[in-house]
Amino acid sequence: MSWWSWILLASAIAFMTKLVGYLLPIRWLEDERLLRTANAVTIGLLAALVVMNAAGSGAGLALDSRLGALVAAAVALLLRAPFLVVVLVGAAAAAGLRLLGFP
Amino acid sequence: MTTPASRHPAVRMGLSVAVATGLYGISFGALSVAAGFDVLQTMALSVLMFTGGSQFAFIGVVAGGGGGGAATGAASLLGVRNAVYGMQMNAMLRPGPLLRPWAAQVTIDESAATAASQAEPYGRRLGFWTAGLGVWVLWSALTLVGALAGNALGDPTAWGLDGAATAAMLGLLWPRLRSGDAWALAVTAALVTLVALPLLPSGIPILVAALVAGLWGWFRPAAATDAEAGAA
Repeated sequence: MSWWSWILLASAIAFMTKLVGYLLPIRWLEDERLLRTANAVTIGLLAALVVMNAAGSGAGLALDSRLGALVAAAVALLLRAPFLVVVLVGAAAAAGLRLLGFP
Repeated sequence: MTTPASRHPAVRMGLSVAVATGLYGISFGALSVAAGFDVLQTMALSVLMFTGGSQFAFIGVVAGGGGGGAATGAASLLGVRNAVYGMQMNAMLRPGPLLRPWAAQVTIDESAATAASQAEPYGRRLGFWTAGLGVWVLWSALTLVGALAGNALGDPTAWGLDGAATAAMLGLLWPRLRSGDAWALAVTAALVTLVALPLLPSGIPILVAALVAGLWGWFRPAAATDAEAGAA
């Protein structure tokens, strides 16, 4: 499958998922377990994506300047920096560490 | 009507949410071209998929060496929360059948939060549509700016764009870590991913972590959370 096909398929799934919410019975909103599971999947996926972006390398692990970016971003978040600043801090940390000779 | 809709506080809030969120579009555009997508594909992700977390997940899996199936799986699972927002917005706004597909397309974290912040139905409707349509337009426009800038930058690692992607993911996760339980789940999912990364093909560890998180959410007794709250 071409990348265009994957993009269109994933976009169609994203839209249908949103639309399904409008078609489901409203009483499902009272199902605690359903809401808790949806929330848990969101947190688990984001945490997994953090690790993959910070330390993933093809099908393996690599320790490099991205780890410094992760720490710098965490500090920025603790200082309540807005999202865009957090992203810029991450970029600056990785670029800066590379200038210093880290991989 | 004595007060014009444009002066309603829900509209002002929706517009400021749209500007603040739209700006992330720059980082998405730049990271998407760094992951290897062209400008048109990057635009398609913002205009059509239009749910930031899933978009970052899609390009993040690809940047990490994963294939289209794993990228689509991660993006789709991350979009499941939008179905919950859809249910909430349907209960809150009651859009007619013709409006429903448009309401669905602009149902994202920001529009749902803006609607929920308003006290009366009129304000909720104004807030939802202002934030939803506003973010859609600005997010897409600034994605284009970011994609063109990313193309002009050249080598993405020299500019720390891989560090920016890591920071963006943490920035998306952070606001959801409001309880000890959420932290425990995030750390567990992170460890599962760390162990699975060298063992499984690219992109699959993400889906394993999602499965573990789903089981956590499904089987963790609700009473435990109440007990913690009571003990605190």
